[in-house]
Amino acid sequence: MNYLLRGIGVVSAVGVFSLLAFSLPSGDARGDGGYTLPKLTHKNWQQECASCHIAYPPSMLPKASWRRLMGGLDQHFGENASLDPATQADILRFLEANAADSGTSRMGSRVMRSMSPSEAPLRITETRWFVRKHDEVSRATWSRKSIGSAANCAACHRQAERGVFDEDTVRIPK
Amino acid sequence: MIKRFVCSGLAMLGTVSALAGAAETPASLMAQYAKQAGVPVSALSAERGAALYRTEHPGRNGQAVSCAGCHTANPTQAGRTRIGKRIEPLAPAANPQRFTDAAKVEKWFRRNCQDVLQRECSAQEKGDFITWLSQAK
Repeated sequence: MNYLLRGIGVVSAVGVFSLLAFSLPSGDARGDGGYTLPKLTHKNWQQECASCHIAYPPSMLPKASWRRLMGGLDQHFGENASLDPATQADILRFLEANAADSGTSRMGSRVMRSMSPSEAPLRITETRWFVRKHDEVSRATWSRKSIGSAANCAACHRQAERGVFDEDTVRIPK
Repeated sequence: MIKRFVCSGLAMLGTVSALAGAAETPASLMAQYAKQAGVPVSALSAERGAALYRTEHPGRNGQAVSCAGCHTANPTQAGRTRIGKRIEPLAPAANPQRFTDAAKVEKWFRRNCQDVLQRECSAQEKGDFITWLSQAK
């Protein structure tokens, strides 16, 4: 009796474990159809970066890029986005810890696979990974008023703010 | 005399709440900026604030820029950043959280005055700006 109960316990524990292991998105990849990135939380990153655009995932650029970017916030793509030094340093630490070359995400490995170690692009849209992933989008589509530019991830990736970049969540606006 | 008393009282209140890190109000910020500019709060001008908001200036890339360019002609309406993200309305009447955090207010004046005017704004201009927005309905 005791053994029977224990057996049931073991079997169901294994069952639950394997269910969890195989059904939950454990990382940042879901086949080749796009990505759901692991949920990151960092108060300053979300509050500051996301005032003007989505808080771009740190795993989409290497550390060297983030250092360049955070070192030039007073001239941030034509706008002054300067921060107080403490906030700036805090955000940079977070970006570096989760950067494409930090080895913390599969998303990052994908980006790094097509980038040489000496590269430090300032724009995610300049990475070979991004260009390849979006090669079917025409220039006319990017410049639609509803999109504006390739920097506006959320125009098509409707759940980009939550790190969801799966292809089945994409809706290109007219 | 009474007015001066009230003004300095307001200014002191502003300073005290800034030191304590307490929430500001549009009125307390107006008092602080007036004090910095060395003028009474009554010398702040909504008209000048409106002009500052609407006037277009040549931007860095030659295109005309203004506050209204992103915040729209009506500050009780939501605006849009250059990338296309929504900006909550600037006018406290439509968005009570505006002008309640001195550090945030300073951060955005520092950034946006540089972008629009290519220089910092004076304390008087900041006071005028908030005076006008506080009245926008």
